[in-house]
Amino acid sequence: MGSALDVHRMHFAFTVTFHYLFPQLTMGLALLIVILKTAALRSGDEHFNRAARFWAKIFGINFAMGVVTGIPMEFQFGTNWAEFSKAAGGVIGQTLAMEGVFSFFLESTFLGLFLYGEKKLGRIGHWWAAFFVFLGSWMSGYLIVATDAWMQHPTGFALSEKGEIILTSFWGLLLNKWALWQYAHNMLGAVQTGCFVMAAVGAFYVLSRRDPFYGRTFLRIGVTVGIIAALLQLAPTGDMQGKLITDYQPTTLAAMEGLFQSQDGAPLAILGQPDVPKRTLDNPLTIPNMLSFLTYKHWNAHVRGLNDFPEDLWPDRIELLYFSYHVMVGLGTIFIAIMTLAGILLWRKKLYDARWMLWLLMLSVPLPYIANTAGWMTAELGRQPWLIYGLLRTAHGVSPQVSAGNVWFTLLGFMGMYTVLAMLWLFLIYRQIEFGPEPEATLRAGALDPAAAD
Amino acid sequence: METIWFILVAVMVALYVLLDGFDLGAGAIHFLVAKTEDERRQVLASIGPVWDGNEVWLLAAGGTLYFAFPALYASGFSGFYLPLMIVLWLLILRGTSIEFRNHIKSPVWIPFWDFFFSFSSLLLAVFFGAALANVVRGVPLDQTGYFFEPLWTNFRIGDQTGILDWYTILVGVQALLVLMMHGALWLQWKASGDLNKRAARVAGWSWWGVLIMTPLVTAITFSIQPQVSVNFKTWPLGYVLPLLAVAGLAGVPFELRRKNELNAFLCSCTYLLGMLTSVVFGVYPMVLPARNPVYALTVHNAKAPDYGLKVGLIWWVFGTILAAIYFTYVYRSFAGKVTADADSHY
Ligand code: HDD
Ligand code: HEM
Ligand code: HEM
Repeated sequence: MGSALDVHRMHFAFTVTFHYLFPQLTMGLALLIVILKTAALRSGDEHFNRAARFWAKIFGINFAMGVVTGIPMEFQFGTNWAEFSKAAGGVIGQTLAMEGVFSFFLESTFLGLFLYGEKKLGRIGHWWAAFFVFLGSWMSGYLIVATDAWMQHPTGFALSEKGEIILTSFWGLLLNKWALWQYAHNMLGAVQTGCFVMAAVGAFYVLSRRDPFYGRTFLRIGVTVGIIAALLQLAPTGDMQGKLITDYQPTTLAAMEGLFQSQDGAPLAILGQPDVPKRTLDNPLTIPNMLSFLTYKHWNAHVRGLNDFPEDLWPDRIELLYFSYHVMVGLGTIFIAIMTLAGILLWRKKLYDARWMLWLLMLSVPLPYIANTAGWMTAELGRQPWLIYGLLRTAHGVSPQVSAGNVWFTLLGFMGMYTVLAMLWLFLIYRQIEFGPEPEATLRAGALDPAAAD
Repeated sequence: METIWFILVAVMVALYVLLDGFDLGAGAIHFLVAKTEDERRQVLASIGPVWDGNEVWLLAAGGTLYFAFPALYASGFSGFYLPLMIVLWLLILRGTSIEFRNHIKSPVWIPFWDFFFSFSSLLLAVFFGAALANVVRGVPLDQTGYFFEPLWTNFRIGDQTGILDWYTILVGVQALLVLMMHGALWLQWKASGDLNKRAARVAGWSWWGVLIMTPLVTAITFSIQPQVSVNFKTWPLGYVLPLLAVAGLAGVPFELRRKNELNAFLCSCTYLLGMLTSVVFGVYPMVLPARNPVYALTVHNAKAPDYGLKVGLIWWVFGTILAAIYFTYVYRSFAGKVTADADSHY
């Protein structure tokens, strides 16, 4: 493997992983804010509007980060992956251009109205502004996931005599079944990030005895929506993703499960470290026959291991792939446990006094970010050695004339810049949380005119 | 079909320049026109609600280019690797400056972001001009369909060109002047008081600068890129485009004398539109001219297959009409002179 290729891959992986830290919260919060705005409309209680205004500020900071880190992504297809762009631009260019035309315009124009136009728009108008921001960000999510899904499982295309990839069915591209499941699963991941962040801020407000009113609202909404998302994340969406992989990317399945030998009644590895040169799993802790059941719904089904495939079809970072997958699934299980417990406490009206649970919720904020990142690493590493599965190898997709030195230069530049951005983001978000929502007690007492507060 | 997409991409790029042009221009003259904190906030408030939407035209134009002319996207973006990455860094810097400046009211925080806002806007204006000039001048494409340009070589127009040579720098300077004028006219229209007066002064002298540079750069362009004269000879109707530019430029002082600030800004838009369409018209059917004309990328050899272009047309028209509706709505709801009152974010 040429070293320029490695640097190009690192460049893309670094910038996209960093970018995705922001949209996951944007998309998750967008939904939760619509829920808050709806509650305000239906109950007529200003409390929910003030809560929405607080989250809108966090949303604004986060959105700005998503925008500035998103722009480099689109450019990189051309700058770093020129051969890939030339081969596939006619197909995935469709979804990428649609993302610009349909979602980014919608989001960016309505965000301004949502953040700064509340007085001008009135109650109903402002609800619509929030809704359009939500719609824009969720559409954008779909179009980008459909792009990725096409790379995982190309559909709606044909090969010309010269071997060019030609789009033949627009709906085939857009309604790729891989895209539908990947989208559902990915959006649930984003909603979980939103819920964990909201619940954590709520827990912080209750534990620190400031703004407990808001704290309880945030906890209630975060936990309720969180349970639903955590459960759906596992089944049907996660399970269906696994099925698709079993059917269409058997090498990926074998590598992410650490299954080196084909066997009937394959076990599911819970723990263990893959030793690729020796083709074994060290310190295995397995559930017998489970993998066969999960993949084929049949305890003794035959599951193909890596030994069934030539080595040049194996993903090239099996260890990392294996761990990414296991981290995601492990965390997913933990999320179900945390959210269900918190839900039971909430239902029994004990959550706000259960300090250990509040601590747990507060300290869990980083976990959904880790799970989402690990999930994407599973998808992207698992696709290797293909850039477009079965059609174009990653090694053949890179820009041929851009040297490793130039890519190192820009990669280091992005690393420096993003370090500063990350610190700024943490600092500004923390400040916003510290600052808190508009003080509730005085408003309740009617001491201030609620409309005058911003 | 490919010619239609060529025109559509050109229109999107032109709209990008018109729209983001005024906020870049306003950024470039930020320190020249706005002296007090209140005035600086007015500058930001005048572009705050719209700059992100304006920038989306760049992304949408990029996306459209990607699916209509994939070979051009591949070759052009990888060949201009370094300047594009620098443009990205400047865009990141600029976006963060605009959005984060007002979060902390501190005499350390605010001037810091003001500086980067203005600095990145100014450099972006120059870089966009230089980029356009690179396309017009042609790049060292070879039989592989690729090229790679260093930032500079010896600043001459030889076969091994760099991004920056005397011609591209010249166009970069012109672009800066044009956008300064454009941004100043925008501010003159949107602002009142001293800010309005200072913007008027900047608009005045940058107008003279543009007046001097335009014929100069045009003459040089004709001698550097032979295709331009060929095209104007083949389709004399094309002269409408440069005439539009002339009319726009002449209209600026005329409208200002009539105290119609909005029309003056629109004239500046007309000038930009005329100039950009003239350039695009001049290089057609090439989309990326080569130093060795044999290897040039044209609308024919860079286009995507037909089916995609046809379906694309359907959703593109639909989506762009929607975008036009949002834009009209947003610009109308933020219409009128700006004020930097306590509850505006910027
Ligand atoms: C909060 C985040 C989160 C959580 C808890 C989970 N996932 Fe996930 N997963 C994602 C977030 C995610 C993701 C970031 O959304 C990915 C990356 C690509 C994609 O489509 O979704 C993903 C991908 C992904 C893939 C690979 C898709 C591919 O290779 O193309 C599979 C098989 C699963 N998931 C299955 C699961 C299962 C069985 C889970 C058990 C609970 C689970 N995920 C929890
Ligand atoms: C949804 C749209 C996405 C598209 C179209 C996409 C596309 C790509 C491309 C072109 C590459 C480079 C080639 C390669 O090494 O495979 C890549 C690699 C990678 N991407 Fe994605 N990606 C997407 C989303 C993501 C996200 C959200 C993440 C992480 C959070 C991610 C993580 C990675 C990683 C880790 C690599 C490096 C793989 C390696 O080193 O082999 N991707 N992706
Ligand atoms: C390689 C893949 C990716 C590319 C090319 C890309 C491109 C972009 C661009 C250009 C923006 C800025 C939009 C603006 O100016 O308003 C952006 C923001 C955004 N992206 Fe990405 N992105 C990628 C990965 C992802 C993924 C995987 C998702 C989620 C599924 C996503 C969701 C979003 C969302 C929701 C925004 C809106 C801004 C925000 O959320 O902060 N992107 N993206």
